[in-house]
Amino acid sequence: MKTTQILIAGFGGQGILFAGKFLAYKGLMEDMQVSWLPSYGPEMRGGTANCNVILSDTPVGSPIITAPDVLIAMNLPSLQKYVDTVVPGGQIYVDSALIDVKVERSDVEVFYIPATQMAKDNEIATLANMIIVGHLLQNHPELSFDGTDAVVEKLVPPKKAALVELNKKALALGKEYK
Amino acid sequence: MAVVFEKPKALADIPLHYCPGCPHGIIHRLVAEVIDELGIEGRTIGVAPVGCAVMAYDYFTCDMIEAAHGRAPATATGIKRSRPENVVFTYQGDGDLASIGMAETVHAAARNENITVIFVNNAIYGMTGGQMAPTSLPGQVTQTSPYGRDVNHCGWPIKVCEMLATLEGPEYITRVAVNNVKNVKNAKKAIKKAFENQIAGKGFSLVEVVSACPTNWGMTPQKALEWVESDMLPYYPIGVYKDRTAAKEAE
Amino acid sequence: MAERVLMKGNEAIAEAAIRAGCRHYFGYPITPQTEIAAYMAKKMPKIGGVFLQAESEIASINMVYGAAAAGVRVMTSSSSPGISLKAEGLSYIAGSDVPALVVNVQRGGPGLGGIQPSQSDYFQATKGGGHGDYRMIVLAPASVQEMASLTIKGFNLADKYLMTSMILADGTIGQMMEPISFEDAEVETYEKPWALTGTKGKREHNVVNSLYLKPDELEVKNFQRYERYKLVEENEPMWEEFMMEDAEYCVVAFGIASRVAKNAVVAARNEGIKVGLIRPITLWPFPKKALEAAADKVKGFISVELNMGQMIEDIRLYTGCKRPVALCNRCGGMIPSPDEVLEAIRKAQKGEF
Repeated sequence: MKTTQILIAGFGGQGILFAGKFLAYKGLMEDMQVSWLPSYGPEMRGGTANCNVILSDTPVGSPIITAPDVLIAMNLPSLQKYVDTVVPGGQIYVDSALIDVKVERSDVEVFYIPATQMAKDNEIATLANMIIVGHLLQNHPELSFDGTDAVVEKLVPPKKAALVELNKKALALGKEYK
Repeated sequence: MAVVFEKPKALADIPLHYCPGCPHGIIHRLVAEVIDELGIEGRTIGVAPVGCAVMAYDYFTCDMIEAAHGRAPATATGIKRSRPENVVFTYQGDGDLASIGMAETVHAAARNENITVIFVNNAIYGMTGGQMAPTSLPGQVTQTSPYGRDVNHCGWPIKVCEMLATLEGPEYITRVAVNNVKNVKNAKKAIKKAFENQIAGKGFSLVEVVSACPTNWGMTPQKALEWVESDMLPYYPIGVYKDRTAAKEAE
Repeated sequence: MAERVLMKGNEAIAEAAIRAGCRHYFGYPITPQTEIAAYMAKKMPKIGGVFLQAESEIASINMVYGAAAAGVRVMTSSSSPGISLKAEGLSYIAGSDVPALVVNVQRGGPGLGGIQPSQSDYFQATKGGGHGDYRMIVLAPASVQEMASLTIKGFNLADKYLMTSMILADGTIGQMMEPISFEDAEVETYEKPWALTGTKGKREHNVVNSLYLKPDELEVKNFQRYERYKLVEENEPMWEEFMMEDAEYCVVAFGIASRVAKNAVVAARNEGIKVGLIRPITLWPFPKKALEAAADKVKGFISVELNMGQMIEDIRLYTGCKRPVALCNRCGGMIPSPDEVLEAIRKAQKGEF
C-alpha cells in the first residue's frame, strides 16, 4: 500500500489549487486513487491558500491531510505553519526566492528552488508553482514525467490556450533544476 | 327562453365561504368570466394565497395550487417556468402580496415574469379577524391599530401600483375598483388585458382591485362601498400606472 | 468502463441532477455550495432547462414547490442558514405530497456560523426543520462519486414516494475533487397524474394543497403519508459496513466524518483492536437493522460527528440503549483527526465511554 499525501500552501494567486489539480490529474492518469481538497472562502481572497492532494493505490480515506508526506511551501507563513507537520522522512519543497529561511529539521529531505525568480527570468511569472511541481515529479517515479503534456492540455482552459506551452516550459525548468 | 345570466364555467358550482357583501365573489366571477371568454380554462393554473381567498382552489375549476403566505408569485414562477404553455395567475390579498410577500412580488415584477397577478386590496387582514394591513389607511381603526393607524408609530401605507410602476420590468400595472357597476366593468377589462398580456407573452401584469371588507371594517356592505369611494380611492386612485405596450405605441 | 474524470463534489451533484432529468433549478447564492448554481447557470440554457437565481431562499423553495407541482424534476441547493429559510417550503412540499430534491452542503452554525464543513444540521434534516408531521429522505454522501449517485437516487426516491429527498453533504465533500464516472446512472420515471398541467377540459381539476381545515381530513392525510413513510423505512435504508465481521467495537459515522473514521479504524486494527465502522448512507430512514445487529455483538459504539452530538441520539434510540455510545466530535467547522478518533476507539476498548 502506497499513499502520498501532498500539501501545497502559499498565497492566493500563486496557483496553489492549480498545482494540486495537476498532481491529482497526473495521479488519475497513473490509475491511482486520488483526492483534491482546497481551502475555500474569504481566506482565498489574497490570504493563504492551501490544497490537499492524496495519491494512493488504495481508496482514499480522509481527504484531509494532517501529516503530509510532501509539503510545497510557497511563502514563509505556509512554511512556518506546516513545517512541523511533515512526517519524518518526508519532503519539503521551498520556493527559496520568496522564503529566505532554512528548514531546521534533519529528518526530512528539503529542496530549495528559487521558483519565483526562475519564473521571472523566463518570462513565465505566474508559473513558479509548476516549476516546483516539475521538480517534484523528478523525485517521484510513481508519477513520472510521461504524459504531463496531456495533463496540462486537459487542465488549461481553451480561453487561455497560450498558457499550455508556458506550463510545459515551467515543468521542464523544474525538471532540469539541480 | 334566452339566458341572460349564468355562472361562469370557470367557477365551481359550490357556495363560496365569503362574508355577506364581500367583493371577493365579484372579483372571482370577473376572473372566471375572463377565463371563459378567452377559452383558456383547460390550460390555466391558478395560485391561491393565504388570506380570505385561501380556498380559491376549490372555487376555480382550472388546476389550482395553494401557496405559502406571500409566496404565490414565487410558486407561480416555478409553474410558469416549468409549463410556459400554460396560463398562470395568482390571486392575493394585501397582507399576502404587500407585506409578507413583498419581496416575491417585487422580484416577479422585476423579472417581468409572464404571469397574471390579481391583487385584492381591502386595507385589512380579513381572515385573521381584522388586523392592520400594509395598505390600511392613516387613522384607520383595526384590531391592531385600535386608536387608528398612527403613521409615526407604524409607518405609511404602501401604494403597490405606484411603487411597481417605477420598475423597468413589469408589462402592465393597473388599479381598478369594484364598488359600482361602472368600476366593475372596467375592472373586468383590466383583468382581461392582464390575461391577454400573458397569452401574448408580454410579461408581468398586475391588477390591483380596490375592494372592501364590510365585516372587519364594521360597516354594512353598502356603507363599505361608500367608504371605498370616499376614503380608499382618493388614497389609491384608479388608473393605469404602467402599460409598456401602450407606451411604446404612443411613441 | 466509463471514463473517470476529476470533479468537485458540488459539480458532481449538478451534473448528476441533469443526467437524472432535472431541467429546473432555483437557488440563491451561499458558500460553500455555489458551484452547483454556477454549473446549472452554465449548462441549463444549453439543454433547454431553466436556471433561475431567486431573490431569496424562501422564494427559491417556493419556486421549487410550484415546479414540483407542475410535475417536473426540480431541485434547489443551499447551505445551513439557507436551509433554515427553506424550512417553510419544505413543510408545504411535504404537506402537498410533491417530489423535490434539496441539497444542503452544510457549514457551521448556529446563526450565520461559519463556512467550514459541519454536520450540525442532522437534527434539522432528520427530525423536521419545518413545522408539522413530516419526513424527508436524507442521503449522506461520503465521496464525490456518491454526491452523483445519491443525487440520482434522491430524484428517483422523491418521485417514488412523493416527498423531498435531501442530500445532506458538507463543505468538504462539496469542495473536494475525486475521480468520478457516471456509468451507473439509473434514472427511473414515474407517472404524475396529480400534476398541474391544465385540465385540457378532459378531467376534474387537480389541486395541490396542504390545507385541510377539517381535522379528521387532515388526520387521514397524515396517516396516509405515514403509511408511505413506513414503506420508505422498510425498503430504503442504505449503509456501508467496514470491518464489522468480527468487530467488538463499532464506530458510526456518515459523510466526511466516516472517511476520517475509516482511517482510524484501519489504524486501530493495526494495533489489534477489533473495531469496525457502520456508515449510514440514509440518515432517514436510519439503518436500524444494521445498528440492531451490531448492538447484539459489539461492546459499545463510538459516534463520530461534526457537531455537538446529534446522530448519537439516534444510535441510542435505534439500539434501545443496549450498548454504551461514546461521542467523538468536533464542531464549528473543525474536523476530528484520525488520531482523535483512534484515541476514542482506544478509550472505548478500555471501557471508557
